[in-house]
Amino acid sequence: MRFGGVRYEGSSFLELLMREHGELAPRIDLAPDAGARLSGSIPHGTTVVSLKYADGALIAGDRLATEGYQVAMRTIEKVFKTDEHSAMAIAGAAGPCVEMARLFRIELEHYEKLEGVELDLEGKANKLGQMIRQNLPMAMQGLVVVPLFTGYDLKQSSGRIFKYDVTGGHYEEIDYYAIGSGGKDARSSLKKLYKQGASEESAVRMVLEALFDAADEDRGTGGVDTIRGIYPTIKLVTRKGITDIGQDCIKAAFAEIVKARQAEEAA
Amino acid sequence: MAFPFYVSPEQMMQDKAEYARKGIARGKSIIAIEYQDGIVMVAENPSSSLSKLSEIYDQIAFAGVGKYSEFENLRKVGIRYADVKGYAYSRHDVTAKSLANAYSQAIGQVFTQEMKPLEVEILVVEVGEAEGRTAMYHILYDGTITDFRRFVVMGGAKDASMVLLEESYRDGMTLQEAIQLCCKALLKTNGNKELSAGTLELAILDKKREGRQFRRIQSDEVRQLLGDVGSA
Repeated sequence: MRFGGVRYEGSSFLELLMREHGELAPRIDLAPDAGARLSGSIPHGTTVVSLKYADGALIAGDRLATEGYQVAMRTIEKVFKTDEHSAMAIAGAAGPCVEMARLFRIELEHYEKLEGVELDLEGKANKLGQMIRQNLPMAMQGLVVVPLFTGYDLKQSSGRIFKYDVTGGHYEEIDYYAIGSGGKDARSSLKKLYKQGASEESAVRMVLEALFDAADEDRGTGGVDTIRGIYPTIKLVTRKGITDIGQDCIKAAFAEIVKARQAEEAA
Repeated sequence: MAFPFYVSPEQMMQDKAEYARKGIARGKSIIAIEYQDGIVMVAENPSSSLSKLSEIYDQIAFAGVGKYSEFENLRKVGIRYADVKGYAYSRHDVTAKSLANAYSQAIGQVFTQEMKPLEVEILVVEVGEAEGRTAMYHILYDGTITDFRRFVVMGGAKDASMVLLEESYRDGMTLQEAIQLCCKALLKTNGNKELSAGTLELAILDKKREGRQFRRIQSDEVRQLLGDVGSA
């Protein structure tokens, strides 16, 4: 039984697209040298951070997208809920990144509906790796997509963080990780600040400090914009699901950081 | 050259329909009714892993009676159809109406062209805040499609339970009232054999939920909601 000649029988949405709906599959065929010209003229997302704390993990990102040396967008969303217990954050060419996040969410949901069970967290991380590997030809041309993937492992009762390379290789991080143009700066910040088993409040504080430092050192990372009221996105990944940290809460935590840093400067 | 016997088209269709009806009548019934926050579906199903109710999309659910392998196949086809459509356009563009029409076409085609018709009846239900979005489509083994409001019973012996629902249904029931009514109606279809939480499969489409509105109700919760209604 099928509608309109669909023959594919498996549980993967991406494969279904590629086999039966080639026109919808996420592939851009570029001339060999087009990538270099393209990558300066399309928006790029910058710094995203993930770290573990007492109740699970937290995943956050700044809100800036750049086009070469220009600001492309001040309020881009780089952190996405992918299902009830996982979220991903992206750095790289914004178009393919956002598309991959959307596709990955559908992929997980599609599998869950067809099979009647959720994929194991490890399975989700592998699947995302395959999707990134398929993007390799585009990555070689400069349209790089690299995510951070964070999930709550119900079996291990803890948050888990996976980082990726362009070939789809993925590696689990023990405590925290950050990627993107300001990723290194955010990591250096966390290297000094990070404490295992932190409370939600101090986890939010740590991640904001890291993003603050990244924005301070890296021109591509967006800082907090108090005039326009733009704050980073922070999502909690816990047993209860994915929850957003409200802007008021972030605003208050940010004000405290500013106060503490001003006091340090004055001293 | 041997000539096949002439069989009139009427006779052929009648035979196929009778064959399909017999197959379906062996199965147990499913009831779907509207309650204050959406739609609840109740199936008598002794198996805990082979389900008859399923999520299709954010606001759309599926139920099948008859031959498991056949409606399971239809369910999967429906999920693929909905996900591709939602990806190509937007999540809001996936409607039960177009899905039900696609089912009707596909099932009707099998009925007229293949030797063996599908021995299934299926239900595609949808909830929504917009006017006319909440709907329940019932599709028969020959592709006949009917849309219902308030409640629908499919499979097996459904006449007695239809009478009961006709008498007792009222708008704006709570989830518990709706489930208890469904169980009373199901008792009519199975000759008043006892129903317990373990032999029931329940799922709801809850308009109050964000995003995916389908939710299965697990058996300990069913037991609570059911009270002492299960026993005849």
